[in-house]
Amino acid sequence: MAKFFDWLFSKKQEPTAPTQDVANTAPLTEEQIQAIVNNQNPRFDMQQLIASCGQSVGKQRELNEDSILALTTTMAGNSGNLPFGLYIVADGMGGHQFGEIASNAAIRSVAGYILKKFHPYLFQVKTDTMDESFQEIMLEAVREAQKMIQREAPGSGTTLTAALVIGQQVTVAHVGDSRAYFIFPDGRIDPITRDHSLVKRLEELGHITPEEAVNYPHRNVLYRALGQGELLDPDIFTVAFPQPGYLMICSDGLWGVVAEQDIVRSINEAPNLQRACQNLVTAANTAGGPDNISVILTQLIG
Amino acid sequence: MGSVYRARDMHFPSVAKLVAVKEMINSAPDPLVRQTIVQNFEREANLLATLNHPSIPRINDYFTLDSRSYLILDFINGKDMEAIINETNGFLPEDQVLGWAIELCDVLDYLHKHKPDPIIFRDMKPSNVMINHNGDVILVDFGIAKTFQTGVKGTMIGTEGYSPPEQYRGEATPSADIYAMGATIHHALTRRDPRIEPPFSFAERPLRRINPAVSAELEAAVTTALEYNPDDRFRTAAEMKQALMGVAKKTGALVRMKAATSPLTQTSAIKPLWSFKCEDEIRGTPAIFQGVVYVGSYDNNLYALNAADGKFQWKYPTDGGIVSRPALYDGNIYFGSEDKRLHVVSGRSGKVVWTYYTEAPIRSSPRIAEGHVFIGSDDAYLHAINLNTGRLAWKFEMADAVRSTPYVFNELVYAGCESGDFCAVDYRGGLKWRFHAKRAITSSAVGTNNAVFVSSMDSALYALDPRNGWVLWRFRLGKPSISTPCLADDLVIVGAADGFIYAVDAKNAKEVWRYRTEHQVNSSPVVYKDSVYCGSVDGYLYSLEYRTGRLRWKFGTEAAITGSPLVYDDIVYFGSTDSRVYAVLA
Repeated sequence: MAKFFDWLFSKKQEPTAPTQDVANTAPLTEEQIQAIVNNQNPRFDMQQLIASCGQSVGKQRELNEDSILALTTTMAGNSGNLPFGLYIVADGMGGHQFGEIASNAAIRSVAGYILKKFHPYLFQVKTDTMDESFQEIMLEAVREAQKMIQREAPGSGTTLTAALVIGQQVTVAHVGDSRAYFIFPDGRIDPITRDHSLVKRLEELGHITPEEAVNYPHRNVLYRALGQGELLDPDIFTVAFPQPGYLMICSDGLWGVVAEQDIVRSINEAPNLQRACQNLVTAANTAGGPDNISVILTQLIG
Repeated sequence: MGSVYRARDMHFPSVAKLVAVKEMINSAPDPLVRQTIVQNFEREANLLATLNHPSIPRINDYFTLDSRSYLILDFINGKDMEAIINETNGFLPEDQVLGWAIELCDVLDYLHKHKPDPIIFRDMKPSNVMINHNGDVILVDFGIAKTFQTGVKGTMIGTEGYSPPEQYRGEATPSADIYAMGATIHHALTRRDPRIEPPFSFAERPLRRINPAVSAELEAAVTTALEYNPDDRFRTAAEMKQALMGVAKKTGALVRMKAATSPLTQTSAIKPLWSFKCEDEIRGTPAIFQGVVYVGSYDNNLYALNAADGKFQWKYPTDGGIVSRPALYDGNIYFGSEDKRLHVVSGRSGKVVWTYYTEAPIRSSPRIAEGHVFIGSDDAYLHAINLNTGRLAWKFEMADAVRSTPYVFNELVYAGCESGDFCAVDYRGGLKWRFHAKRAITSSAVGTNNAVFVSSMDSALYALDPRNGWVLWRFRLGKPSISTPCLADDLVIVGAADGFIYAVDAKNAKEVWRYRTEHQVNSSPVVYKDSVYCGSVDGYLYSLEYRTGRLRWKFGTEAAITGSPLVYDDIVYFGSTDSRVYAVLA
């Protein structure tokens, strides 16, 4: 039956084909992909999770203390289609106290823990339901990373913003002042994480205004960081992936330097995610690049 | 990162001189890190050697051996304050905490007056305060105490929660120790661990609001120590000590105030608009349609009552108890009975339209969607029955009795069963996904686009991905639950057999509030306007503010309430196992 339709369909198409532009048969150009993405409600059979990253040491630091990890897998078939992605930004701190060791340990430890947990359910044929929730796994991953950092680089610390994307759900684990944003095609940009920084807390308490916060001298002082303190209470929550829209995770080398509206513009003006990430890094460097810059940009299409 | 051993000093072989050996294992692979650690360690040793105060442990020796460093200190026979706080039921007596605080101020004063540079302890908190066998305080863990020097920008140090705002800026001053001192007293008197509260939030939880037994004088002193602005605090530890001594003098003479018991909200004041007595218990939930309340009873009848005055309209007899909630569609009433049948009755006349047989009693409530009635049965099938013909469209086999009410959302039918399986089935009866809880899922699900919420007899409230059944989060209830959750804003509200009604944040599974009733909560909560309504086996129907969980009122019946209330037009209708249907003003 299907073959019959194919035959019928191709037969009908043939006479009109020569009159059409040849370029239409080539792979879609970036502009065409973008046009589809910008379409208000694109519908595809298969959902596609795509991601890109950018990183730079910046203009004023010699050492890159940021670490990023981005992992995207596609599994689609008769048994369904389950986008799976893990995106982590960690911004190590302490300068002389080995921030780069901490941020590196954080991304590896968190990703290792999560992948180990999911391996039997994703990459083996197994039908049991997982007896732990996404949020419990994230919490345990963060706690493991905490132990690892205290062992490997005592005294140091790192921020951690990790997003686990499964299906259309984003489960975020967050400590410190790296940020995750939802960015929408209409120009809205919503931070979905809350900074664990002194300046944010002072702002929340009403001791300083948001304008004062921008120029506050100790903007980079955190009250909660991975590797610090005995009781770590990361923020963990699950939200729906913005569709259409982007999930962006970045360190303060980007959000502290480039205004939110400029971030949106960089993304909307770029032909694709890779270029968007490059533009964001360039924007931060153009603005002086005072700190390490890391950004991960992801999109769920379909 | 380090262990402390109790050891015997063999320099004195004929006596048992006990010492504490603090061991630090240097596991850092990076040579620079290792060096920093050893330097920190030696700094602590050298600092301790220069001090002499009864509340500071004396140092006997120190050495480093390969990757381990050791500090030999006087042995302290006692416990740390944090352990004492945690092991005490209720609050520690004010006198006891006040005594410790005065001694701590004394040792802080000693450290701050240290020459040539003052020593800032920087890490004052209950776990760094030992209480010895005499009840005296000893300050331990000088790991990060250091002589005064302006902090390095960005360096985080100190214990989150106890540290003042300026310490995060890297400023370590005597005033920072005074703040941490206040935070330590606050923790000891309230049992609220500041490390899990937002920073600098002490002002939001004054001592006496949490522990009314604390004197106003002590609260005032602690508030001063915890002032946000360093200039508003006690200027020196000595000044704080004076203030605390003043508190002790004043309150010592006074008879302790008894903890004020919170006044009970009026309960007997509420009169029902009407009540109606059936011949047996009501375990199910009413439904309302065009001014008529329909409710099933364990006396086998479905009753139709006038919603305005409770006057009997008609009853329809079945051959088994009715424990579920009727569904309404197109003027007909659909309900299951323990006589194994789904009955469809005209709402106006009470005459039967059609019935449908399953193989076992029906305890599930019907759900109507897409031209079908979906209902579970103890015969372990989920049945889909055509509304017009009363014929089976399909049935889906589950592992055990289906008492959960099917939930229809996004073109899927969700239902749990007594084996703990929870399935999502498409409109053709095909399994979409299956989730397995450790014990029965008797309650029904509710959902949003992002999550399906369901409680289980395994004492958990689950949030599942509606598309694939993965567990987003689970929230531990104190006991099993058969209560169906309800949603209000970003809250999921559910009852459990531990007697609590819980409100949980739908995004992050954090408890927002809980309310304790006197017995199991098997009823499903319902939100109407600002309130959540829920029954309890203690016989009361509760009305709570749904944002805060504060009691608005409760209404007593003669027996357990296991069904759920129905709220319509500012009136709450519910049944009780005292056989009555009640109508109460919301």
